[in-house]
Amino acid sequence: MKKVIVFIKQVPDTSELKIDPVTNTMIREGVPSIINPFDMYAIEEAVRIKEKWGDTEVTVITMGPPQADAALREAISMGCDNAVLLSDRKFAASDTWATSYVLSKAVGKIGEYDVLLAGKQATDGDTAQVGPGIATWLGIPCITYVNNIEEIKPGYVKLHRMHDEGYDVIEIEGKFLLTVLKELNEPRIASFRGKMNAKKAEIPVWTAEDIGADPAKIGFMGSPTRVVKAFSPPVKQGGIKISAEEDPSVPEKLKSYLREKLII
Amino acid sequence: MMSSKYDLTDEQKELVAIAREIAEKKIKPIRAELDETQEFPYDIVKIFGQSDLYRVFVPSEYEGLGMGVYESSLITEELSRVCGGIALAYAGSLLGTFPILLFGNEEQKKRFLPPIASGEKLAAFCLTEPEAGSDASNVRTTAKKEGDYYILNGTKQWITNGGVAGLYSVFANIDISRGIRGITAFVVDRDTPGFSIGKKENKLGIRASNTTELIFNNCKVPAANMLAKEGQGFKVAMKTFDMSRPGVAAQALGIAQGAYEEALKYAHERKQFGQTIYSFQAVRFMIADMAMKIEAARALVYQSAKLADAKDPDSGPYSAMAKAFASDVAMEVTVNAVQVLAGYGYMKEYPVEKMMRDAKITQIYEGTNQIQREVIATHLTKELSRLEKK
Ligand SMILES: Cc1cc2nc3c(=O)[nH]c(=O)nc-3n(C[C@H](O)[C@H](O)[C@H](O)COP(=O)(O)OP(=O)(O)OC[C@H]3O[C@@H](n4cnc5c(N)ncnc54)[C@H](O)[C@@H]3O)c2cc1C
Ligand SMILES: Cc1cc2nc3c(=O)[nH]c(=O)nc-3n(C[C@H](O)[C@H](O)[C@H](O)COP(=O)(O)OP(=O)(O)OC[C@H]3O[C@@H](n4cnc5c(N)ncnc54)[C@H](O)[C@@H]3O)c2cc1C
Repeated sequence: MKKVIVFIKQVPDTSELKIDPVTNTMIREGVPSIINPFDMYAIEEAVRIKEKWGDTEVTVITMGPPQADAALREAISMGCDNAVLLSDRKFAASDTWATSYVLSKAVGKIGEYDVLLAGKQATDGDTAQVGPGIATWLGIPCITYVNNIEEIKPGYVKLHRMHDEGYDVIEIEGKFLLTVLKELNEPRIASFRGKMNAKKAEIPVWTAEDIGADPAKIGFMGSPTRVVKAFSPPVKQGGIKISAEEDPSVPEKLKSYLREKLII
Repeated sequence: MMSSKYDLTDEQKELVAIAREIAEKKIKPIRAELDETQEFPYDIVKIFGQSDLYRVFVPSEYEGLGMGVYESSLITEELSRVCGGIALAYAGSLLGTFPILLFGNEEQKKRFLPPIASGEKLAAFCLTEPEAGSDASNVRTTAKKEGDYYILNGTKQWITNGGVAGLYSVFANIDISRGIRGITAFVVDRDTPGFSIGKKENKLGIRASNTTELIFNNCKVPAANMLAKEGQGFKVAMKTFDMSRPGVAAQALGIAQGAYEEALKYAHERKQFGQTIYSFQAVRFMIADMAMKIEAARALVYQSAKLADAKDPDSGPYSAMAKAFASDVAMEVTVNAVQVLAGYGYMKEYPVEKMMRDAKITQIYEGTNQIQREVIATHLTKELSRLEKK
């Protein structure tokens, strides 16, 4: 039996998060929870891999509060076979380093696997570090920003990694972790049988002890990061555009602009 | 949700929710385009299959979910609320499957039903011919037994899913001189030698539905594909209609619901003479009538579907009532929805003119509404004798 593991995070359903100005933490009250949108593409891809390979089991994992159970059930309704909820007071306030440590320990407890999938980033924490973090803890390659998989079989993948200038074509052998973009696929609508499976599924809750996590590496005390201040970064400015067709004095303008910016 | 006033089980609610999600997220964005191009919604059919919707009406022994007319009608209603044409890619397969469900033997069910349940194959129901419309007994397609095969010759027309199905329930006559008692039902695989797909129709409404001619030219059908017995085909067709008409009724109901919702929304937004048009009694009463008639139709449609599932001996006339009533309501509601939106309603930017065109077919196929009234009236004669006995 082949095995695909998907990491998902439950996030508040809003792109406009409100931050408490005093504590610098997110205000979560009254905001409905959803599966992190990027993780939907990871789930869909995992199910497609299962359909392609046959004899493959997809396990979905989240670290979160007991309510995160709902996110796991939704993933099962889309075709994942089973789920694990990592929930323990000791995990609270983990940063990306501690979160990825915990998730990698869960993979260790599961044992064998062929492919690990995560979303590109979470819409709340937004760091995009957890996927690469897990791979680092496990000592396997990680390809981020995957927007196209040309070929995938156990122990091999050929894919496209998107970046600003275009994309890289990458081949890997062995085990690997991918973080995925929305261009990768279109998540399916849950099937009736999937929904029924989701209702019936028994989802184990694993604690820090269950996965053998080192208490010094988890939770607030295990997290090297301290949030000093949370703010919205300024929107990235686009470059300036000077068209030579409309304006014959372009070379002059360009020269003076570059001088002004102390570039030449 | 429309069915929310009815006691649905959790499973039925889930099905309704899935159908609505597909309709809103996947069908709504493409319905106008497919109406224009008459393209068949292959991608949507794939989603229906993936979501298990075709499994609903197939027994669990054959990879289905073992539910019935009621559940598939709830689904058809939800899909039709957004597009009556695309919904037929679902409901049309059910129509084509009923002859197998009702009259197939164990071996036939095992062979034919699993690929229908998964959505891998669509089914089609092939009765109508140029000379056999309302008078379905006048089938001229012939079937001649030769060894282990029947050789079919003839032409069917206006067959829903005609060009896209994998399995066809076909009615042919083994001996024209036997008339109605010669009609025999067969399941014909798309790949059968001598079978081909003829002209695709250009239609007023339900344009995303694929309606074609089918040609049987020495089409060699294995005798093992005959449903029921020789000469029982007419009964197969009529029993199918008793079960399938609640589905047409549900399609009509969904179309009416969609048009009414558009009219209600628009009437609250559009202002003339300094007030919303909903403040004018002429408009608000028109919409009140829509809501009232739709609710009445819904009660009748659901009841007829439940009677069909219960194999009630009177389910036939109930199905006929539901089909005729709901489709008449759909026609009236959609025409009035265009009236409420007026000039905008007449334009293709708004969905109501399409709903009006789509509604019309529900008064015509699976027996015109005149034929439904014949079915009802014939039943009433029996009712009279029952009354007199008391
Ligand atoms: C306002 C605020 C600021 C924060 N600032 C920081 C900070 O500066 N540095 C820091 O280290 N932490 C920070 N955290 C904590 C951190 O965001 C999360 O607790 C957590 O570690 C996940 O990181 P992320 O949300 O950025 O996920 P990302 O790394 O963006 O997520 C990428 C993918 O990893 C997977 N994933 C992420 N979280 C989980 C999970 N819990 N279970 C399973 N899979 C998961 C998903 O597939 C997801 O798509 C902050 C939290 C908040 C609320
Ligand atoms: C889009 C579309 C899809 C279709 N899909 C299918 C399909 O999948 N499978 C299939 O087998 N058929 C299909 N049909 C055929 C459909 O069922 C017939 O069109 C219908 O039964 C009526 O037959 P007709 O059109 O020949 O009308 P006719 O029978 O010629 O009727 C003409 C008029 O006379 C009236 N009339 C006829 N006889 C009587 C009577 N005895 N009493 C009172 N009034 C009468 C009718 O009500 C009608 O108003 C489809 C048709 C269309 C348009």
